This record gives sequence, C-alpha cells and structure tokens, in this order.
Amino acid sequence: MAASTLKIENLHVSIEGKEIIKGLDLEINGGEIHAVMGPNGTGKSTLASAIMGHPKYQITEGKVFLDDEDVLEMEVDERAKAGLFLAMQYPSEVSGVTNADFLRTSINARREEGDEISLMKFIKKLDSKMADLDMGEEFAQRYLNEGFSGGEKKRNEILQLMMLEPKIAVLDEIDSGLDIDALKVVSKGVNAMRNEEFGCLIITHYQRLLNYITPDKVHVMMQGRIVKSGGAELAQRLEAEGYDWIKEELGIKDETVGQEA
Amino acid sequence: MSVDTKIAFDQDYVRSFSEKRQEPEWLTQLRLMALEKSTNLPMPKPDKTKIDKFNFTSFKHDVPTEGISSLDELPEDIKDLVAKDQQSGNLLVHRNSTPVFSQLSDELKDKGVIFTDIQTAVQNHSELVEKYFMKDVVKVDEHRLTALHTALLNGGTFLYVPRNVDVDVPVQALYWQEDPEAGLFNHVIIVAEDNSSVTYVENYLSYSHDVESVANIIAEVHVGQNARVTFGSVDNFAKGVTTYVNRRANVARDGNIDWALAQMNDGNTVSTNSTNLVGDGSTADSKTVTIGRGNQKQNFTNEIFHHGKNSEGVLLVHGVQKDSASAIFNGVTKIEHGATKSNGDQTQRVLMMNEKARGDANPILLIDEDDVMAGHAASVGKVDPLQLFYLQSRGISRKEAERLIIHGFLAPVINELPIEGVKNRAIEVTERKVN
Repeated sequence: MAASTLKIENLHVSIEGKEIIKGLDLEINGGEIHAVMGPNGTGKSTLASAIMGHPKYQITEGKVFLDDEDVLEMEVDERAKAGLFLAMQYPSEVSGVTNADFLRTSINARREEGDEISLMKFIKKLDSKMADLDMGEEFAQRYLNEGFSGGEKKRNEILQLMMLEPKIAVLDEIDSGLDIDALKVVSKGVNAMRNEEFGCLIITHYQRLLNYITPDKVHVMMQGRIVKSGGAELAQRLEAEGYDWIKEELGIKDETVGQEA
Repeated sequence: MSVDTKIAFDQDYVRSFSEKRQEPEWLTQLRLMALEKSTNLPMPKPDKTKIDKFNFTSFKHDVPTEGISSLDELPEDIKDLVAKDQQSGNLLVHRNSTPVFSQLSDELKDKGVIFTDIQTAVQNHSELVEKYFMKDVVKVDEHRLTALHTALLNGGTFLYVPRNVDVDVPVQALYWQEDPEAGLFNHVIIVAEDNSSVTYVENYLSYSHDVESVANIIAEVHVGQNARVTFGSVDNFAKGVTTYVNRRANVARDGNIDWALAQMNDGNTVSTNSTNLVGDGSTADSKTVTIGRGNQKQNFTNEIFHHGKNSEGVLLVHGVQKDSASAIFNGVTKIEHGATKSNGDQTQRVLMMNEKARGDANPILLIDEDDVMAGHAASVGKVDPLQLFYLQSRGISRKEAERLIIHGFLAPVINELPIEGVKNRAIEVTERKVN
C-alpha cells in the first residue's frame, strides 16, 4: 500500500446558510502528522466534520480529494471505506449495540463478503489494542459510548482508529477534557499508528497534546482559513506567546468566523 | 350494524360447523348465542386508531387441511420455529387452524398436565374447558370481535397444569397458516392451578401477502395462587392479515405472570395485552417489542389492573416504526381502590426511522388509592441523524447503521425475553423486518 494524499482546495463550508470555512487549502500526505490549531470559533471542528460528510454542513465551493477520488461525491460510509477516519469531538451513544459488535461490523464493512475477519483474529486484535489504551475488558461488551465518561469516549475513538487503520485520520479535539494520564494514553495510541503511510490531521486548541505527539506541520486557523503554517516549532511559539502576535502580524482584530481583517 | 363487518356466516353454518367438530352442546349453544350477539355489538374502539377500514370479514373459515405424519414433513421455515430442545418434547402444530401434530412427554401426562388442541380438549375435557372458556377472563359480549371469535372459533390450544406441578421445559404451540386466505379464530386457554408453573411459547406465521385474511385471537390465562406462568409469543402474520389479538390473564394471590411478546405482524393489528392482578401480592411483568413497516396500522394497548394489595406490575414496550407505518401505544396502569402498597410502572419508547412513519405513546395512570407507587416514562422520537453519521463514518452503510440502531433500540426488551427460543426467534424476525 502506497501512502495516500488528502488534498483540500479552496474549501468553503456553510452551516444553515452561514459560511464558516472560507477558502481553505491543505494537503496531508501519508506519513505526515499535521496539527491545525487556533482559538475557539475559527472553524477547526467544522473542517473536520465537513471532510467526513457531517449532515449539518454544506460544502458550497472547493474540492477534497483522497488520492484521485473525489471525496465530496461520496457518501459518509464510502469516505470511510476509501480510507478516511474522523475521531469525533462528541461521539454519539448508541444503546443496545456493543462496542465489539460495532467494531466488527465496521471492519467487515470494508471487507468483501466471505472475507470477514475471523472472530478469533478480531478478538485478539481488540484485546491487544484495548490493552494499549488501558481499557478494561468490559469495554468490549458495553454499549457503544453509552454512559462513557468524556475520557472513555476519547479512548474509544482512538481504539476505533487503531482497529480500523485508516489511511488518513482526522482527530477532532481528541485531547479536550482529558487529564494528563488519559492524554498520555491517547497520545501513545496515535503514536503507535505512526508509520510511513499513515497520515493524520490533529485539530486542537491546546498545544499540550503536541508535547506528546510531535507534528510535522502546524497550521493556524483564523476566520475560517489557514493563516499561518510552519513546523513543530510554531506550536511551541504559540504555547509561549499565544495567538496575538499572529493577529498583529496579519492585522486581524477578531479571529473568529464572521469577522474580516 | 355497518355493512363492513357483516358476516356471511349464519346460524345453520355455525351449527353444522360445530356438529362437524363433534362439539358438546354447551359450545354449540354458546357459539349460536355469540353469533346472535355479534350482530348488535359494537366493534372495539382502540384508543386513537380508526379501524373501520380494517378487513374483518374477508377470509376462509374452514380450510380442508392434510395432516402430517412427522415433523420432517414441515417446510424448513416452520421447522426452524420449532425450538431445538422441543423436537422430542411438548409441541402442538396447527396447520390452517387444524391440529396436525401433537406431542406431550409421558412424564407430564402422568402428572396430569393437559396440552392439546382446543377441539380435542372440548371433546375429552368438556367440563374443564367449559369452566374456563370465555367466562372470567374474557367475556363473549365485550364487543363484536369477541362475540365473533366465540361463534367462529376454529383453532386453539388448551393447556392445563394441575396443582403443585412444575413444568420445567417450555411447551410450544405453532400456528401455521399455510393457506393465505385461511382465517384463524384461535383460542388459547392456560390454566395454572395453585403452586404450579409453566412456560408457554406460541408462534404465528402466515403468507398472505396479496390476499386478505383475518386472525382473531384470544388467549385467556388463569394463574392460580402462587403459580407462575411465562407466556412468550412471536407473532408474524403477513401483510394481508388483519389481526385482532387479545391476551389476558387473571392472577390470583401471590401468582405471577411474565409476558414476552414479539409482535412482528406485517398487517393491520389491534392488540390488547391485559393483566388483572386480582390477588394480594400478585405480580406481572409485560414486555412487548414491535416493528411496523410498509403501510401497516397498529394499535397496542398494554394494561395492568391492580386489584390486590401489594400487587406489582411492570410494563415495557419498545416499538420501531419504518416506512409509512403508524402505531399507537396505549399503556394503562390502573390501581383500584383498596389495592394498597401496590406498585405499577410503565415505560414506552417509540423510534421512528423516517418522516412518514408515525408513532404515538399514551401513558395512562389511573390511581384510585393513595398508598401506592406508580411511575411512567414515555418517549417518541426520530432516529438521530448524528448516530447515523457516527456509524457511517466507520464505513457502515446507511442500511446497516439503521439495522444496528433498531436492534440496539429493541435489545433492552429482547434481551430480557425470558425464553431463549422466543428471544432467538424475535431476533430472526427483527432481522427480516429490518432488511
């Protein structure tokens, strides 16, 4: 399997008629970890949801390609099967469906009929990934996210990431609400995925996560666009100095969506 | 009397039908009386569902049917319904309402257990059947359909468990409506004498997708003092069948009934499941699941009446509505004056899979006593688009995601179905109705 590329060109996204993302360009290659940072209300999570095809968001302009496939033409499940993954900020709870059944259904959805993963192989993989994430065995049989704490839900998202092994993953504020121990566990999971083919887009507004997952590229989002890009050192500067210097540099008064420079 | 429900069955027909079945005189007379009454009685009025357009008249009443010599002759889909542990056990098979297979273990026969079709029962145990048939639990003249049921009775089961006898393996009755036009007027009587226990499982299956037919089913359960009855059902009448089904129990002191009903009909259905907690300390647990699809209209009334002190009743209903199906769920908890320290609780949940599906839950608490506990919860909602998005974002197709959500929604009830066989059948039928 060769490394994939997710290419976003001039993306415009609206919700209920209000434009949130206003011409965004981004290219993520397999093997790279990108971080999109920025204060609240700048469109970061909208970007994540729009890539996956969230029903609330309308793409009004632009292109998203995974290699040579037009992502915006695909249904949500087709995007997943093409190799995209979104770890959600607020994962849904689904009562009556166990975590294990859900995961097995997900894995088998991307395999041909008759080529389903064997139960033994599945359980083995699930046990090992759950151990990596310090998740108790009972999580396999609990209903999907039902009654999970915030931290447990985030771990469960990473568990799905590790089980499904996508080409390109988008992690939407996977660090919010986590204590330091949980943050380390989640980071460990993401780092374990790192290889020459796996591409990842981490969306966060805390630099803290990037102490544990070193990004190859860091982008700053304001007013629905990427306004600055750099290497890991950019995240460190943001941690030390905040966002004001960027706003000053670019002449931005209010960084949130709906404001213009 | 409206023209819609005029029946082409007269006194002569009913008398000769009864004679042909070699019925005792009391039943012939009861049929004739019921037929007479049916012309003047009103139709039932299920809350919030109009049934005047439902077909209650178009069906074949007396369908000639061949017997079978062994279970191997049954078609595969029917064979599948027979619980594996039942093959040498306690089983009754009805084909177009005619009994074609009957088996009861010698051990249970020796203990005095009677498990036989209603036709044989009225011949061999006439007095016993007469004592219980349409007397204390369900009355002939409640409305036109109970009267017609009595007049046109053409199938059913009689299960009698004597005092102090525990029947520890389930007994199963299979009602296989092979002829798509065959009407079923099925009567089930379960008598559990004091200190006895029994589990009864029934399956209804028909194939009338294009032609119309009628099922008119009454089950009367007599739970004696300190007796325990578990009643499980998987109803699976096809689209063309209009079903009226009334399952009702009277429970004596310290007795208990558990209902586990998977009501998976594809046709219009009026269903009542009632329990009268007559004796002090009597208890009932009633669980129902259903999936509506196509254009079917259904009305479910699940009710528990508390008469005895310290009686406890729990109702749980989960319904999924797909396509353009509509259903009304009436949950009734009634605590009578004098039923002190009683506890009644009910939960109804309805999930609609799309814009055209309709579902409504009506929790009704009627409390005529101060010193009681009563609670209810009802929710009606559409499938959550974010749940679908979440599942689909893992590569699961929309259809499969809906399937998971439906299974998950029904699981809290299905997982609680006390009989493994009913549970598995309910899961299988759910699977068929979801796809």
